[in-house]
Amino acid sequence: MPVHFFVPGPLRDFAEGRSRVDLESSPRTLAEALDALGAKYPGIARRVLDERGEVRPHVNLFVGADCVRFGDGLATPIPEDCEIAILPAVSGG
Amino acid sequence: MPARPAISAKPISARDGDILILVGTNKGAFLLRSDRSRRKWDVGGPHFAGRSVYAMAYDGREGRHRIWAAPKSLHWGAELCASDDFGRRWSRPEVPRISFPEASGASLANVWQIEPGLDDEPDRLFCGVEPSALFESRDGGESWSLNEGLWNHPHRPRWMPGGGGLCLHTILTDPARRDRLTIATSTGGVYRTDDGGKTWQARNRGIQAYFLKEKDPEFGQCVHKVVRHPSKPDRLFLQHHFGLYRSDDAGDTWREAAGGVPSDFGFAMAIHPRNTETVYIVPLQSDEFRCPPEGKLRVYRTRDGARSWKPLARGLPQEDCYDTVLRDALTVDREDPVGVYFGTRDGRLYGSRDEGESWSQLAENLPAITCVRAVTVRGRAKARARVPAARPRAGERRRRKKAA
Repeated sequence: MPVHFFVPGPLRDFAEGRSRVDLESSPRTLAEALDALGAKYPGIARRVLDERGEVRPHVNLFVGADCVRFGDGLATPIPEDCEIAILPAVSGG
Repeated sequence: MPARPAISAKPISARDGDILILVGTNKGAFLLRSDRSRRKWDVGGPHFAGRSVYAMAYDGREGRHRIWAAPKSLHWGAELCASDDFGRRWSRPEVPRISFPEASGASLANVWQIEPGLDDEPDRLFCGVEPSALFESRDGGESWSLNEGLWNHPHRPRWMPGGGGLCLHTILTDPARRDRLTIATSTGGVYRTDDGGKTWQARNRGIQAYFLKEKDPEFGQCVHKVVRHPSKPDRLFLQHHFGLYRSDDAGDTWREAAGGVPSDFGFAMAIHPRNTETVYIVPLQSDEFRCPPEGKLRVYRTRDGARSWKPLARGLPQEDCYDTVLRDALTVDREDPVGVYFGTRDGRLYGSRDEGESWSQLAENLPAITCVRAVTVRGRAKARARVPAARPRAGERRRRKKAA
């Protein structure tokens, strides 16, 4: 099974309606995985990351079950077959 | 599983001569339409439900019917969207239209102002953003570039964010001098370029800032709004964080003009479309409270160039009202008599059909209102060929792909 992204509802317009995007490459880090996602669907990557390439403060990225915010961030290693989930943080008002 | 109903925007349609009110809120945008009587209003929306919209604009140049809006998602960031069919479809490019260049080290936090350029430059638009910066488009909004002259101004690192953030919220073109542009930022003050944006000079002489130690600071003022009439571009009126001011020399010097108001604190300001001496404001009680003085919601109007101000209260709550009107939530239409409109943080939209003499509530229970714009639709409403392409919905794209 390839490394794949889970795409949340608000971003699926930028992924042809898909909730899952498979990567054809085998990224070593989360940054590489987002690069590959951005090459295929720039509308998603550009909303997960700001123009400085930083993860937006109210977006959580999970590699497997681990939130990268509390780990290695964009340098998080990507194991084979893993799911990378893009999830909006619980915030608002 | 509990139901999670989809949010769909109630549509409106508009015809030649209709009045349109664009209302941005902290949870989406609404469009109100009326015929020229302005007695009954259809309310459309919410567009961009759940996203704040601090800036909206209507571009009617060259026969367009283009509405611009700047929705900001807490999660996914801010972007600029356009509609040529009164909100039925919004274009939403894959890559947001406005981005800071990499070398700037900044990222777009919000769009605070969308300003079409002069009538004879129909493809020119400006945006004021947070962090304070000016962006310009010369191709009808397809692409935008950062004004480097202002961004690299030596004062900029010392501008400080106000309560709403470090925002560039006012952009004034000058029909008499096309290389002149005046902007205002909170806090930083008024800046003007006379060479098409290459260089900028602070224009704050005379504006007092009690929150700064310096008596006559060159910059750092917390300007909330500046207005001018296009036929008299050198005469400016300014609502400061405490203080109403007037300039007769395009901002070179300012003098106080707060005679007769119950408080010189406030955010919003609008100028009459034909009378260059008539300006509207909504005074608020102090910068700690920021509510109508004495619990009475009153618009104040000057008809003599801010020498005197008169309260306009008929039809507005005059007891126990603690609502607030934000900097871009007061506007006028171009009808005769002029319509005046304002929205409040409690989600009430008020309108006057008689230049402010009397008021009625046009909508209530909206989310907190952040901006209000009013326009008269001119000409037959139809989409133009050069619209920034609307992105079809995912289902539609799949159908098209399958059909292909």
